[in-house]
Amino acid sequence: MQLTNRSKNVVNKKMSFAERIYLVAIAKGMWITLKHFFRKNNTYNYPDTQRTYAPVYRGWHVLKRDANGAERCTACGLCAVACPAEAITMTAAERERGEEKLYREEKYAAVYEINMLRCIFCGLCEEACPKEAIFLTDRIVPSDYVRQGFIFGKDMLVEGVEPEKRVDVSVRQKHIQEKKQAAAAAQ
Amino acid sequence: MSLFLLFDWALAIEKIILVSVVFAITLGVAAYSTWGERKVAAFMQDRMGPSRAGWGGILQPIADGVKMFTKEDFMPNQAERWLYILAPGAFMFVAAMTSAVIPWGTELTIFDKPVTLQVADLNIGILYIMGFVSLGVYGIMMGGWASNNKYSLYGAIRASSQMISYELAMGLSVIAVVMMTGTLSLKEMAIQQPGINWNIWYQPLGFLIFFVCALAECNRAPFDLAECETELIGGYHTEYSSMKLGFFLFAEYINMFVSSAVISTVYFGGYNFPGIDPGWLYGFAGPLVLFAKIFFFIFVFMWIRWTLPRFRYDQLMHLGWKSLIPLAILNMLLTGLGVLLFSK
Repeated sequence: MQLTNRSKNVVNKKMSFAERIYLVAIAKGMWITLKHFFRKNNTYNYPDTQRTYAPVYRGWHVLKRDANGAERCTACGLCAVACPAEAITMTAAERERGEEKLYREEKYAAVYEINMLRCIFCGLCEEACPKEAIFLTDRIVPSDYVRQGFIFGKDMLVEGVEPEKRVDVSVRQKHIQEKKQAAAAAQ
Repeated sequence: MSLFLLFDWALAIEKIILVSVVFAITLGVAAYSTWGERKVAAFMQDRMGPSRAGWGGILQPIADGVKMFTKEDFMPNQAERWLYILAPGAFMFVAAMTSAVIPWGTELTIFDKPVTLQVADLNIGILYIMGFVSLGVYGIMMGGWASNNKYSLYGAIRASSQMISYELAMGLSVIAVVMMTGTLSLKEMAIQQPGINWNIWYQPLGFLIFFVCALAECNRAPFDLAECETELIGGYHTEYSSMKLGFFLFAEYINMFVSSAVISTVYFGGYNFPGIDPGWLYGFAGPLVLFAKIFFFIFVFMWIRWTLPRFRYDQLMHLGWKSLIPLAILNMLLTGLGVLLFSK
C-alpha cells in the first residue's frame, strides 16, 4: 500500500561531465546562500525588543490590588481547589483593626505560595477566582539555581502599590470575561 | 664611519614604517575577518550574528582576543615541549611573511620623495610567496605531531598531504601566468595589467584552478578536513588552548587575506582600475581599489565556506590529482600556444 506520493525510484545513472565538475551545482548553491544574505531576518533581540504576546499567553502569576492599593485576595482557597497540579497553598488570617488599607476584605492570605515547578500554567486559578485577584501575566518566570527558589511567596506574586509597579492585566482580563460569557451563552 | 654615512637612513625609516603599516593592516584585517566571518555566516543563515560588543558587535575581535589571552594555557603531559610551543609561532610567522612582496599601489610622493608602496620588490615575488606558503605546512605538521594525540596527527597528515597535492596544481596555474607576462615579479605583473586589461580575461581556467587551490592551501571549507570537528575533534590544533590556539586560527585568517591579495594582484589587476588616468589621485585610489578587491575575495571565501559541505578525503585527492593537475597542464599548453601565435 502506498502511504505517500513522496517516494522516488532510485536511479543509478552515471553523472554527466557537467554534473561531475560540480560547477553548476556550486553556482546554484551559492545563489541560494546569496539570496539569504540579503533577506531580512526575523530575529527579535529578546531583552531589547519584545514581540507582543497573545492574550492567551499564560506566564508568571500576579496577585492584584484594588484601586486603593488593598490586596484583593480573601484566601477563599478556590484557586487551590481548582489547581490540577496542586501548586497553590495558602494560610488565611483575619484582618486586624487599622489594616483596612492593606486588605480589602475581613479575611486575607497571610501566606500565599505557588510552586512554579508544579504549576502547569493552565489558568484555572484565574477562572476560579471570585474576586479577580489572581491573573497569569505575559511575564516569563525567571530561572534559578535551586528548587527552593521556585516556590514563589507573596513577595514575588503581589504587585506593588505604586502606579508604576502595577501589573497591567487588562488584555488578559478581557479575554477571560469573553471566555466566561461564551461559556454561559453555550449553556 | 663611511659605512654609517653611506647607509640610506631615509630608505630604512621608510621601509620600517611601511613594514609596520602593512603588518598592522594585515593583523587588523585578519582580526576583523573573524567578525566578518560570523556576520556573513549569520546573514546566510537568517540570523543576526554578533551584536553585543559594541555597535553591531564591532568590538567582538577585541573581546575574543582578551578571552584567548586570559584562558588557561594547557599543555599535554606527553607533548614534545619545544615543537609544541614553536608550532603556532612558526605558522603565524610564515603567514605574516607572505605579505612582504604584495604591491599595494604605485609610487606615492610624500615630502617630495617617491615612496614605493611595496615592502620588497623581489624579482621572484610569486616564487617567494609559493615558497613561504609551502613552509606553512611545517607549522601544522609540528603542531599535530608534537601534541602526541592521534587526532592531531591525523589532522596534520591530512593537511600536509592536501597542501602538497594542491601546490602542484597551484604552481602549474601560476606558470601559465608567468609564461604570458614573462615575469615572476608581482610588481611587474601589476604594471602589465593597466585599466581593465586584467589577466583574468586571458586566464579564466587558470584563475579557477588557482582559486580552488588557494582554498585548499588556506585549509578553508570545502577543503577544511584537516580540522573537521566531526571526525578529528579539531585536527592539528585539538590539544592547543589559549593564545596558541588563537595563533593557529589567526594565522589562517592572515593566510586568507594574503591569498586574496595574491589573487587580486595576479589575476585582477592589483591596484589598477579602469576609468582614471594615472595622476596624483591614482596613487591614493590604487591601494583602496586593491583593498576593495581583497575584501571581495575574502567575502567569496566566506561565502563558499557557508555554502558548500566538506569534501571527503578521497574526493579531495581525486579532485587534486585527477582533475586540477591535468586541467592546469592543459591550461599551460593552451597558454603556450597562445603566446606562440599572438605575441609579436
